[in-house]
Amino acid sequence: MFKDIEHLIRLAVVIAIALVAFVILRAAVVPHSFGQYGHYRGAAIGEIASRPVAFAGHDTCEACHTDVVDQKKLGKHVVVACEACHGALAKHADDPGSVQPGKLDTAVVCARCHEANSAKPKGFPQVATADHAGGLACDTCHQPHRPKIETEGKK
Amino acid sequence: MEITRRRLLVLLPAAAVAWKYVLAGTPEASPNYQLTEHWWSMLIDIPKCIGCGSCVRACAEENDVPQGYYRTWIERYHVSDWRIERPEVESPDGGKNGFPPHADDGGKNFFVPKLCNHCADSPCTQVCPVGATFITPDGVVLVDKTYCLGCRYCIQACPYGCRFLNPRTNTAEKCSLCYHRITKGLTTACCEVCPTGARQLADLKNPKDPIHEFLRTHAVQVLKPHMATGAKVFYNGMDGSVR
Repeated sequence: MFKDIEHLIRLAVVIAIALVAFVILRAAVVPHSFGQYGHYRGAAIGEIASRPVAFAGHDTCEACHTDVVDQKKLGKHVVVACEACHGALAKHADDPGSVQPGKLDTAVVCARCHEANSAKPKGFPQVATADHAGGLACDTCHQPHRPKIETEGKK
Repeated sequence: MEITRRRLLVLLPAAAVAWKYVLAGTPEASPNYQLTEHWWSMLIDIPKCIGCGSCVRACAEENDVPQGYYRTWIERYHVSDWRIERPEVESPDGGKNGFPPHADDGGKNFFVPKLCNHCADSPCTQVCPVGATFITPDGVVLVDKTYCLGCRYCIQACPYGCRFLNPRTNTAEKCSLCYHRITKGLTTACCEVCPTGARQLADLKNPKDPIHEFLRTHAVQVLKPHMATGAKVFYNGMDGSVR
């Protein structure tokens, strides 16, 4: 048949070894969830999803602080989530004893939303804090969870 | 069995492959979460935005965003009279600490919160050379930071300017739509703290989501529709000057 077939066999062996090496290397280098959903590492979805949260969510707050919820229900701040003012408190929710939220400075927190600005929607309650309070803290007059000031005898 | 040189050469690659499989365990996200049952989006109601910056601060805290970089930010638009093509746009520190009063109160003034649009056909995922950024089966564009090379192609590709290179990790970063929260049944950090409900997380695959009623009854737009990105952040009451 072929003359000097030995040469061809040697070549075939070299190619076969290279092929096997490629397959082994590829299996070792490409993460095995790559291509699970598309051209990316499928396990990345689970890794990103398993990060811890910083904001507990208002449902978590309301499970314990029912007195504040009742107060908020009487005013317009019922739609404002607790952590919008109090900050991220998932650590407090996990361990209420040792992690306590700090006291808020109403002069800063209230002004973030209610400081007058021409770009704010017209119906939104706004004040120029310097003229409105003359340096007094907002909670001198307003109760932050139910901010509307109700005069006695009139609801 | 005696380990000869020949046997060692055969065994080493085999052991390496086996070890790789041992290392690649898939971490549990949330047990009852089904990737195929959601298609996440967001609704932004511009007339409700008061520019308080709560979303920007919450995002930075929830996602450990470096100072001076933003996964979400607020822009203040000032459009004088007919000059709709030339709005004055500002975003001091991403709107993190609110906005100082504008010198000119005349004309049209409003706030526009911005974030990743989680495009269904996103340019950023198409240009990634290594498959480090991708859209999940539930419609969220994410970055696999263990795979990202930091080549910045995606940052250039995003027509909305929503990506940046994290200076600490040197990998591309962007809004993840708080993927670690929404898969646990929570809303995103920005939607959680928005005091006026100007931002709403929406699940387009959930027939009970109020987004469907809203989209039917309002004139809603997406940013840069001419780019055909399939953007999924819907803006209500958006002025023609918004870019």
